[in-house]
Amino acid sequence: MNRRALLKSAAALAGLLALAPFNALAALWNKPAFDSQNVDGALKGLGVMQAEPSRDIVLIAPDMAENGAIVQIEVESHIPGTEAIAVLAEKNPTALIANFVFSNGAEPYVITRIKLAETGELKAVVKAGGKYYSVSKKVEVALGGCG
Amino acid sequence: MADSMKIRASLKGEVTEVKVLMIHPMETGRRKNDFGDVEPAHFIQLVTATLNGKPVLEAQWGTGISKNPYLTFRLKGAKAGDKVAVNWVDNKGESNAIDTAVIAA
Repeated sequence: MNRRALLKSAAALAGLLALAPFNALAALWNKPAFDSQNVDGALKGLGVMQAEPSRDIVLIAPDMAENGAIVQIEVESHIPGTEAIAVLAEKNPTALIANFVFSNGAEPYVITRIKLAETGELKAVVKAGGKYYSVSKKVEVALGGCG
Repeated sequence: MADSMKIRASLKGEVTEVKVLMIHPMETGRRKNDFGDVEPAHFIQLVTATLNGKPVLEAQWGTGISKNPYLTFRLKGAKAGDKVAVNWVDNKGESNAIDTAVIAA
């Protein structure tokens, strides 16, 4: 390899490395799951074929949300070996709201604030030991928040 | 940019509770502005948290997270003085990060 070819390939490699972080992150984001308009499609995108209803997942959300733009929710899993919690809203334009993956001593617990377009089922799906478990809660929405 | 994020990590017993507030429009790509034009989608897609550099939480978000996102998570095994860092990246490739030391409450 002559000097010019070496410099050229070094420059190409540097260019690739500069692009890598953003591309890697973009590739990480589960586009098929987040683009899906319904719960079934979103779950399929997450690789969930079947989720067994479980009482060991605590999903706290208001029965009635005055403002669908800001609805505080809390999810906690008591299922041993919980690796991830996904949050979905049945009636949102895109059903999947978030997927949280826990490691290295993080407890399977989150509080966050979500948007709800209209009254419907809010669902939490837990991944534990290669299996999936779910819990649902109906939230009435007075003023939709998905404009 | 760090002033557009807030973080607090308090140790109570064996559990450290981390609270994070991010400043972000979280535009869905469906909302019309005052001029009737649709605001392009602009939302956080990935949030990662580390404890002393080790990953503890990786979240993928869609447009259903509220504007100026708020997040609480809990860590076991963290000690006072340990470093908790949170970073986000949005769909435009913009990002922000903040860190703090765990404080015994």
